[in-house]
Amino acid sequence: MTTTRPRTEPVEPRRPGQARQVTTDSGRVVRISGPVVSATDLPHTRLFDVVRVGIEQLLGEVIKLDGDLVVMQVFEDTTGLQVGDPVVATGEPLYAELGPGLLGGILDGTQRPLTNLSTDGNLYIARGADPPRLDRDQRWDFRPVVEVGDRVGPGDLLGSVPEGRAVEHRILVPTGITGVVTAVHPGPATVVDPVVDIDGHPVAMMRRWPLRLARPVANRLPLTVPLITGQRVLDLLFPVARGGSAIIPGGFGTGKTVLEQALAKFSNADVVVYVGCGERGNELTEVLEEFPGVTDPRTGAPLMERTVLIANTSNMPVAAREASIYSGITIAEYYRDQGYDVAMMADSTSRWGEALREVSSRLEEMPAEDGYPAYLATRLAGFYERAGAVQCLGTPERTGSVTIVGAVSPAGGDFSEPITQNSLRLAGCFWALDTALSRQRHFPAVNWLRSFSQYGLDAWFDREIGPDWSPLRRWAAAALQDEGALQEVVSLLGVEALAAEQRITLRIGQALREDLLQQSSFDDLDASCPPQRLLAMLRVVHEAGAAMRSALQQGVAITDITAASVLAELGRMRRWPPDDIDDSAIHLTRRIAEEMSSL
Amino acid sequence: MTTTGARVPFTVGHRTVTRVAGPLIIVDGMDGVGYGELVEIETGDGPVREGQVLELDRSLAVVQVFGGTAGIGRRETSVLTRGRAARTGVGTDYFGRVLDGAGRPRDNGPQPVPDDYRHVNGLPLNPITRAHPDQFIETGVSAIDGLTTLVRGQKLPIFSGAGLPANSLAARIAAQARVPGDDGEVVVIFAAMGVTRREAEFFRTEFLTGGAAARSVLLLNLADDPTIERLLTPRVALTMAEYLAFEQHRHVLVVMTDMTAYCEALREISAAREEMPGRRGYPGYMYTDLASLYERAGRVRGGAGSLTQLMILTMPDDDITHPIPDLTGYITEGQIVLSRELDRQGIQPPIDVLPSLSRLMNAGIGVGKTRDDHRGLADQLYACYARGREVRRLMSIVGESGLPTEDRCYLAFAAAFERTYLGQGPARRTLTETLDVGWQLLAPFPAAELKRVSAEQLAHYHHEASVTATDA
Repeated sequence: MTTTRPRTEPVEPRRPGQARQVTTDSGRVVRISGPVVSATDLPHTRLFDVVRVGIEQLLGEVIKLDGDLVVMQVFEDTTGLQVGDPVVATGEPLYAELGPGLLGGILDGTQRPLTNLSTDGNLYIARGADPPRLDRDQRWDFRPVVEVGDRVGPGDLLGSVPEGRAVEHRILVPTGITGVVTAVHPGPATVVDPVVDIDGHPVAMMRRWPLRLARPVANRLPLTVPLITGQRVLDLLFPVARGGSAIIPGGFGTGKTVLEQALAKFSNADVVVYVGCGERGNELTEVLEEFPGVTDPRTGAPLMERTVLIANTSNMPVAAREASIYSGITIAEYYRDQGYDVAMMADSTSRWGEALREVSSRLEEMPAEDGYPAYLATRLAGFYERAGAVQCLGTPERTGSVTIVGAVSPAGGDFSEPITQNSLRLAGCFWALDTALSRQRHFPAVNWLRSFSQYGLDAWFDREIGPDWSPLRRWAAAALQDEGALQEVVSLLGVEALAAEQRITLRIGQALREDLLQQSSFDDLDASCPPQRLLAMLRVVHEAGAAMRSALQQGVAITDITAASVLAELGRMRRWPPDDIDDSAIHLTRRIAEEMSSL
Repeated sequence: MTTTGARVPFTVGHRTVTRVAGPLIIVDGMDGVGYGELVEIETGDGPVREGQVLELDRSLAVVQVFGGTAGIGRRETSVLTRGRAARTGVGTDYFGRVLDGAGRPRDNGPQPVPDDYRHVNGLPLNPITRAHPDQFIETGVSAIDGLTTLVRGQKLPIFSGAGLPANSLAARIAAQARVPGDDGEVVVIFAAMGVTRREAEFFRTEFLTGGAAARSVLLLNLADDPTIERLLTPRVALTMAEYLAFEQHRHVLVVMTDMTAYCEALREISAAREEMPGRRGYPGYMYTDLASLYERAGRVRGGAGSLTQLMILTMPDDDITHPIPDLTGYITEGQIVLSRELDRQGIQPPIDVLPSLSRLMNAGIGVGKTRDDHRGLADQLYACYARGREVRRLMSIVGESGLPTEDRCYLAFAAAFERTYLGQGPARRTLTETLDVGWQLLAPFPAAELKRVSAEQLAHYHHEASVTATDA
């Protein structure tokens, strides 16, 4: 079971002063094993209910019921917890709080803002803290689009607030509410202040939604538009569709995180949800220090204003790691419902799987492959299937998408392990990172022979970028394939064993690999490559190949052709000034043709 | 019934040891003890032993015993709770001392007077309070400074094999590490787990003789000391280090050796608890456990101190995909890999730069930190050496005469690179010397071959030599 039905429609935001309308249960701890705690005397508790454990009121969640025994995973360190300590069940599942103020936030796995977890100069994360997930004090300028007397239903637009410069935050009618607008309260309001009354019931901006439940949509749409990543190897050979999913498996040091961060920075999504799941603290710090200073070229606003960061570093509690993925996808769906294209990066889904494994092992469940629980595939499917391009609920008509990019850290770099294999069945793109390529410092180390994309996006590229996109793409893929086969011969017999024609194939392959597919994340000009530039570069390489072949037919010696100094110019394509690409391409193509014919 | 905020009254029950299995005992009647807390075990004769609660199930507690379970019986053994988790003293009074794996003096000196006590497990640093590590540390070793640069606050392991000189490399880095333009002393805390007496003697000599003694602490858990204390050793070391780095604003280098012995101790406890084994018998939570150690490295905002970790692990059978190096590599910010082949050729230190990596290198080098050409030169040396190694492999198949001239040039480069750049011997090189040696090695290549460096840097640093490949 990956999801649970909400007990009540989780649509009504709590209004100020209103008591929580739930029955609570209280019991006693009887067993403690790391993050897994069991309690008795909780007869009304249901699966996935939130619990508060011990005198520090640590946050936990029910994961198993066994007779009188209620088994919970606790999202905080359980050191010091005693048998007999109190447990209070809240009677509600784990909720995300959704509303203005999410963007630019840095949250832990259960959506607690990290800025509120270390106060008074404390460097560490205190236990038992329970700050509101959304800031209750900040006021947002609500601009209604409905008027008194309008009839509205779920998903209809009520109004909006500017949330930073990048995104207009749209306030929608909550699920399950249909009626007539009886009052409108424009102007500054906190997330819990009523902004619109529907049939006399006040509706605030904040929504609560259970993490493990997918948000409803009107329709699912076919995936026809690519998410432009700015990475040449991905956009050209293995494009991912908006609403699709991709996995990035790779051993350590192959550049998963650098690639995920590049996608978070440069992909053309409206909103990015970045989940650092069981990864390094210093990497998150890098994001935190870098993103506010980087400007999103599409909006002119700092990248942080379109980004939500969810951080569960590898030394933070393991159970919250499991929740972090669901917090992330729920926030992503929330922005999708407003009509945005959202990209969710999960780095790394293996740590999430391992968190499942650790909890499962402490529950003494029967392990399947490699100690992972047998329901691993179900859980992964429940996550990846929340990606999609959709027709949103309500009016005005709008579409949105959630694209999932999940990094996978296979043990020993061996892709046959369960997380890689199960994810492979679910994801439409497989971007295999290769240790051998990373050792050659070929980055992004995406192996072009192993990776694949199942999304047919050629039509979009041919229409939007250039009609020769798909023929050239097929040419490049074939050339790389041929080169790969020839390299095997070379490694056995040496390059001299090849025919002249084959050595040209080799040289074209080299140009494609070194001058086109390689891309430096650390070079400002090269870090992101728009598809127009990519196509221009590809055309030059293609023409260079043709020029080499024709020189060979003219009887020029093969060593003179492959050693021609002008070919080194291909390596400078990535540094062409952005406003001068077409001229540069024409100029270089001409020079190559001239030099080849003068040999 | 609202019971929030109330703890069940403390009761001292009748405590019986119901089971003794390896390093674990199971005690009945353990009311009022917290998960992860320390207990004292008295057997009537011999010293009082300490233990830690690993699991609680109603009145039963699983306790791991530090100091071994020999002599513990089901009767005549009493278990007392202390009501707190394992702690260690922290402070500068420990400098120059040799401690055991649990932080007690083992050098016959007086009991140190700590500034304070801290829980050994620590708490996770809030990511928002971290500062990104970006200060270059000069180690004097070219392969590290030039190609896998270490920065303050980094965690960088040395992947070694049995018999390779990882310990002397670590000692050398600890002794030589300095930050150019910064006179701040580096405090070295050394945690040795499961080391032999011979190794222990080596570390004692390296760290506690000469000027370094005044700023070093040595924790020794010998190979024949109780295994379980090995789990405490790195935690005690890191707790002391965190105090010095984040509260006393000092630059601390923690050297931990050998993580393989640590992981084996972890496996031993896991097996004694009859847990479900993961890969090669290591427990499924080993990643989390290792992360709880390694992630304690870093820098914090507004603090002048830093905690840098250098950990040594022996790859069983030189296998880098073994769970210990594999999980370590996923947590740490790079790795330095030692090569048996280079060691056999007498190249010291025998660092294999191809699989070695420093993820934080870019943040610590370049204009204003090291030199403008550092990145480009490192990439270029790496690319040329990788190509040279590839050609060497090819040569073993087709013979040297079957190689084109260009390839022979790379072959000569690879040999020269190993001989001079890597094989610097005991001499210390400044960063400028390291960079200069790099450019000298690139001299035989025409500028057009050097694609990884910019045209300006080529013009400034590259002095093309009319040397041909034949002089190798």
